[in-house]
Amino acid sequence: MKEIVKSRGLIYEYYTHNERGEIEATNRALDRLDLDIKQGEFVVILGHNGSGKSTLAKHMNAILHPTGGTLLIKGMDTKDEENLWDIRQTAGMVFQNPDNQIIAAIVEEDVAFGPENLGVEPGEIRKRVDEAVAAVQMTEYMTHSPNLLSGGQKQRIAIAGVLAMKPECIILDEPTAMLDPLGRKEVLETVYKLNKEENITIIHITHYMEEAINADRVIVMDHGQIVMDGKPKEVFSQVDKLKSLGLDVPPATELAYYMQKEGIDISTEIISIEEMVDKIWQLYLTE
Amino acid sequence: MIRDITIGQYFPAESWIHKLDPRVKIMSTLIFIIALFVANRYIGYLFTFIFMATVIYLSKVPVKYMLKGIKAILVIIILTVALNIFMTPGEKVLWSYKSINITAEGLYIAGIMALRLIFLIIGSSVLTLTTSPIQLTDGLEKLLNPFKKIGIPAHEIAMMMTIALRFIPILLEETDKIMKAQMARGADFESGGIIKRAKSLIPLLVPLFISAFRRADELAMAMEARCYRGGENRTRMKQLKIKKQDYVAMVSIGLFMGIMIVSRFI
Repeated sequence: MKEIVKSRGLIYEYYTHNERGEIEATNRALDRLDLDIKQGEFVVILGHNGSGKSTLAKHMNAILHPTGGTLLIKGMDTKDEENLWDIRQTAGMVFQNPDNQIIAAIVEEDVAFGPENLGVEPGEIRKRVDEAVAAVQMTEYMTHSPNLLSGGQKQRIAIAGVLAMKPECIILDEPTAMLDPLGRKEVLETVYKLNKEENITIIHITHYMEEAINADRVIVMDHGQIVMDGKPKEVFSQVDKLKSLGLDVPPATELAYYMQKEGIDISTEIISIEEMVDKIWQLYLTE
Repeated sequence: MIRDITIGQYFPAESWIHKLDPRVKIMSTLIFIIALFVANRYIGYLFTFIFMATVIYLSKVPVKYMLKGIKAILVIIILTVALNIFMTPGEKVLWSYKSINITAEGLYIAGIMALRLIFLIIGSSVLTLTTSPIQLTDGLEKLLNPFKKIGIPAHEIAMMMTIALRFIPILLEETDKIMKAQMARGADFESGGIIKRAKSLIPLLVPLFISAFRRADELAMAMEARCYRGGENRTRMKQLKIKKQDYVAMVSIGLFMGIMIVSRFI
């Protein structure tokens, strides 16, 4: 499979200026980052605040440009101005605040915004808008005002807006941080569906561990570097390491971890509640 | 409540006037206003009344909505009428006191001015009541397009209007939230004189502005991420199309203008 995101030695630095405008301190948000993401993968990037995960996301959409190293999106260098619009069309981005990324006062108009910018034919835009809105199951709200929608619905509209640009990859920068549990579930289901049915690469950035349990791959970031990378089970079973990074583990894993500490024969590779239930039944029946 | 606020005064209905192309409606309103100032005799305003009554009937908007606008400018109408009555010099003096004269000409002109203002407000109300703000924006962008060459940023104006329409309810909601948060901590927005009340708004406006700038920053980033690069090479999903009824409307407004010109000479 081809790589859609490929970074080598990616560095991003930002400066804090003092009152006289002189550079006071240099902060490295990304520190020599190497990352390959294959087409069709569902990748979850975890990390606490300031770990550099949002900075990385903004690089993938060419909103920020690397200080050093390279980042290729589908083979296009993000440093090259000429590639800018192709990159943004290939790798669409959904942001955290649902209100601040919806432009038009009617749902369908907003979804049409992306393809309109790309100069797509009016008939084709109509088709794409209908498809995108249907894909996020918002067809009945087509002509509504976004102001009357819930957070989860707004975020799904934002996803539809990206989808209408026919991207190969969608980067979601903490799309669930401002939502209630129901809204988070809606958004996650939509994103997983798009990954399975449309084979769109998903890069989902979050700090909710339980959103990662069904992913193909989990990447944990700290201080601008990748510290863990693997299947969800592999990553979450290292409970001590995650805790030392200031991160939580999914509740089921945590329970398994404490059970193991108590001397019960259980593996910490349990990440979902269903698995935990099965395991407890097994333990109960074998006793 | 504050969430359901409607911007402008659009009155949703399924009428012949509602379905007209917004460009035709904007241009017709403009021609209508010009026609009002072309006519200078009462007979012209009789035709205007008939025309307006037909349009209002066709628009299915209740008359009381149309008259709402007049209430707002009642003071201006009274002032105009008064000034015209007392200040117009003329031959036939009907009543005089010291240097103030009321003349027949003055009464005549005052009446015409009042009618002009009333029809002006009703005419533009028809436009805003039957056209949604989004349609208005679209129509305006298309109408201003030819003037791009002389430096009128048609697309930018339309984009600003779109964003304003989208964010007015959000900012209102936010104002409400900040107000409640400050009232919970003892702020008082309701008592005191004008100066005191204006002062108490400062702690409300500062966070509101900061938040608006932050929103602007994020929105700009989101727009860039969706490949926005100004109006060039941009297409629109909804194309405005001139239909048969739009031609009917154009002919009607043309005839109306003609009648108004003729009315000067009858």
